[in-house]
Amino acid sequence: MAEISDTARPTLAGKARLKWDAVREKHLLLFPEGVLVLNSTAHDVLALCDGRRTVREIIGVLAAEYSSDAIAGDVREILGKLRQKTFVTLDE
Amino acid sequence: METPRPFSLLCELTYRCPLQCPYCSNPIDFARHAGELETAEWRRVLTEAAALGVVQAHFSGGEPLLRADVADIIRHARDLGLYTNLSTGGTLLTEEMAGRLRDAGLDSLQVSIQDAEEEMSDSMAGGAPSFRKKIAAARLVREIGFSLTLNVVLQRRNIDRIEAIIAMAEELGADRLELANTQFNGWALRNRGGLLPGKGQVEKAAVAASRAQERLKGRMDILYVLPDYFQQYPKACLHGWGRVFMTVAADGAVLPCQTAREIKGLQFENVRERGLEAIWFESEAFRKFRGTDWLPEPCQSCPRKGIDFGGCRCQAFLLTGDATATDPACSLAPAHGLIEEALAGGGDDKLIYRTVRESLRLS
Repeated sequence: MAEISDTARPTLAGKARLKWDAVREKHLLLFPEGVLVLNSTAHDVLALCDGRRTVREIIGVLAAEYSSDAIAGDVREILGKLRQKTFVTLDE
Repeated sequence: METPRPFSLLCELTYRCPLQCPYCSNPIDFARHAGELETAEWRRVLTEAAALGVVQAHFSGGEPLLRADVADIIRHARDLGLYTNLSTGGTLLTEEMAGRLRDAGLDSLQVSIQDAEEEMSDSMAGGAPSFRKKIAAARLVREIGFSLTLNVVLQRRNIDRIEAIIAMAEELGADRLELANTQFNGWALRNRGGLLPGKGQVEKAAVAASRAQERLKGRMDILYVLPDYFQQYPKACLHGWGRVFMTVAADGAVLPCQTAREIKGLQFENVRERGLEAIWFESEAFRKFRGTDWLPEPCQSCPRKGIDFGGCRCQAFLLTGDATATDPACSLAPAHGLIEEALAGGGDDKLIYRTVRESLRLS
């Protein structure tokens, strides 16, 4: 699959939904017949996948939030995995 | 270890169905469980489930669209914040119904199709012709803006057409395809001679499925459920008994798995008599096979026991008469010879269809 470009705009797929699970106190990603328990980075990335922000902007927001530029690799890795599972689409 | 809470609840809204698939996952004696839960009872079940930790409600049957209140029940689940998934045979999905489901907030819709060829699909589904209605339903699902999952059960009569089935799913715009090799419990076990594929068929299908998975990566998610009769180790049934999953059957019985009623001697409690949380944590049916302490040898000393939990309890019971036995599908199981015998046995053309009459006759 193609590399994830800085100018792509990721969108959470319609079939997938983020949920705060108050019983377990975890962030979840829900989809047909499955649940992913998200770590906080994955949750923060997905919460920014609104189809308007570019990958570069998402990295910028999180780098500021975490005060660390090391986040870029994590963001690309998370988006790559979620795109493969069809939970995220990337529009140029 | 602390008992985990369930993520997922299967609501079998009814055991009624216009189709008669001979591998139906409903129990053989489905016709003897009358008295469907009413709307208010389903609402209460869902409310209790959400409090227990369930985040996903899957609605099936029988045919769930036979319930006039299906959209109301789904709306309640959505109001509770649950992810909602409906599995239908498709024949009753009108434009009006699809609109009501969308307005109720349904997250995902799954349509079952028996084959890529009309005549074969109709003959496997039994009853009135259904293939064209299913295709129309799948198109409607996409038109109305739902994501579409296509569910196909693989067996000896359709498995050679796996590529045509995948092409059909692509043409229909499915973004998920479930290719599930038949699980030989309940009805499917009765019909094993007519449904069990040969080794060559299974090997070819596995190659075709994995090629398609690679080719369609990112466009269509293909779930290929392995045929456990042909594997070295058994499936991790339910990801562990009483661990992440529970079923409420049409009549309110609470089951660890939708086929668990096949295990005679196991007592199931009913949501009409007790709350869901108490049943999950305390009922005998859920506690009996939870965790790994109860496992016999060779499972108990097996490094895979935390992976597959000894396999499928229903299969163990149905094949050996002992629900605590190692799943015979495992190559290490003392009763594995039963699987080898079945694989060596010849095919058979006769199928018993899942009808009320056959249910009453067989139970």
